[in-house]
Amino acid sequence: MADILILAHGQGEVPTPSTLELLGAARRLADATRGRVQAALLQANQSGLAARLIAFGADRVLRAEHPLLAEYQGDAYVAALTQAAAQAAPEVMLLADDSCGREVAPRLAHRLGAGIVTEVLGIEAEGAAILFRRQMYGGRTIATFAAERFPVVATLKPRMLAPAEQQPGRAGEQIAVALRLEPSLLRTRVLRKVTEEVRGVKLETAKVVVSGGRGLKGPEPFKQLEALAALLKGAVGASRAAVDAGWVPASWQVGQTGKTVSPDLYIAVGISGATQHLAGMTSSRTVVAINTDPDAPIFKVAHLGIVGDFRAILPKFIEKCRELTQG
Amino acid sequence: MHTIVCIKQIIDPEIPAEQFKLDPTTKRQVRGGLSLVISAYDQNALEVALQLREKTGGKITALCLGEPGAMGAVKSALGMGLDEGVLVSDPVLLGTDPFGVAHALATAIRRIGTPDLVLTGCVSGDTGDKVVAPLLAEELGWPCVTFVTRIEAQDGKAVLRRIVEDGHELVEAPLPAVVSILSDDSNVPRYSKLKDIMAAAKKQVPTWKAADLNLDAARLGAGAARLHLRDVAIPHRESRCEHIQGETPEEQAEKLALRLRELKLI
Repeated sequence: MADILILAHGQGEVPTPSTLELLGAARRLADATRGRVQAALLQANQSGLAARLIAFGADRVLRAEHPLLAEYQGDAYVAALTQAAAQAAPEVMLLADDSCGREVAPRLAHRLGAGIVTEVLGIEAEGAAILFRRQMYGGRTIATFAAERFPVVATLKPRMLAPAEQQPGRAGEQIAVALRLEPSLLRTRVLRKVTEEVRGVKLETAKVVVSGGRGLKGPEPFKQLEALAALLKGAVGASRAAVDAGWVPASWQVGQTGKTVSPDLYIAVGISGATQHLAGMTSSRTVVAINTDPDAPIFKVAHLGIVGDFRAILPKFIEKCRELTQG
Repeated sequence: MHTIVCIKQIIDPEIPAEQFKLDPTTKRQVRGGLSLVISAYDQNALEVALQLREKTGGKITALCLGEPGAMGAVKSALGMGLDEGVLVSDPVLLGTDPFGVAHALATAIRRIGTPDLVLTGCVSGDTGDKVVAPLLAEELGWPCVTFVTRIEAQDGKAVLRRIVEDGHELVEAPLPAVVSILSDDSNVPRYSKLKDIMAAAKKQVPTWKAADLNLDAARLGAGAARLHLRDVAIPHRESRCEHIQGETPEEQAEKLALRLRELKLI
């Protein structure tokens, strides 16, 4: 029997997409092992959100509210979740592999004496063991890790596992967790947050992604990619090389240390296909590559490709796409 | 200001697919004759440390845990202009999980002498767990900030630019702290100067064994791992790329658009 505790987030009363993915994975594992799904909620005054978490598969919501948890702060989150875990006594804890989860999950595991596995793509029970699948070697391999000792903390790679479905009329309980948190516990503080404005479609959820890399040789051609993306109602992405060159903001990066995308159509322009980039886009349904180097690894994962210079190809391609989509 | 940069030596992750082989027994990549490199983001961490030293003075120590051959990684870090290096290497460390690695690194850091800052890359190019910096912070009892591209430090505090999904935060942390580094246009690793490479070759780098550090044997080796690596497989990926041909690039471009339309993708 696997008791699972997830860290839930919401916007208003709506669970975030990654929270629904955690709930989906947790529910499936709990059903397979006749276990229970608990959700820790660190946001204040969230009875509506807690009710939604129950409707989406949680058996019990631990409402661990505290004024020091108003904004994400690593020390506070780790302490709060350590206390919530002491009450919930889960075998498995699931967090999203995002800027919060990747900082909190290992520290939490350390405090709980738990195992840690990150960037998980799949979970299943096998007898008394629980198996976690994840990529290794920058996406070249799929590894299976077996947990036979518990607890285990896992972070799930966003947009890789099926989200939970709402089940109207589902019953569950909400309980309050009294947290002991002191301000002195919080050693770091956020001085300022700078949010980059997203023009048009959001990269993570776009159906079409047009990405550029080192082969564009400068920031200027990204304007063409933006025009193409706008035409196809998609978003613009970039490889690490383009971000590191300072051509585009970090929030555009697709890859192991950027965003994971799985659009219907991924158009890679001037991207060679370094493993760290492939790790973020190989689950795209159709991949199109435009690159001068016929041996570029991107052609190994592409379904359609043109070996050639984007400067000669892109203007006509955009023109034809416009004609076809608007004609 | 004293910065310790933890570096990992890995097999070059950008080798062609046909050269990538797995050992069925150890379930790890086969080295063969492939070249070894310092994991990419660790190189960005070295650059951040060097820029910080240019502003505040002080020294930088490279700390590496690995096989005896990882001395090469320490030497190439020294070649970038670092002051000192330490290699932690012992057969008992083979297969050690990230908790054991953090234990060994934290013990070595205490032995070197409490620094102001410990840097790591945000993720390694091989196992890619992203967990060593947070675990190290827990071992040392210091604050931790991950995925940072820029650091300004003064008066026992640092201001860190931490990359998040929709932008970035400026985070203030008291020192000492453990920080994991992500690349950006400000921390592109520099080329080594010949004189630094020559100086690095002459520098004495100690190799510490588990016993030198009084490491807890119960936390080391594959047997102590909290999760067991059951299986590693290379997913079968056919090269099924349909190359769009044409007399001119314009013709190829048109054909590609028409093909995408045919597939109802646009």
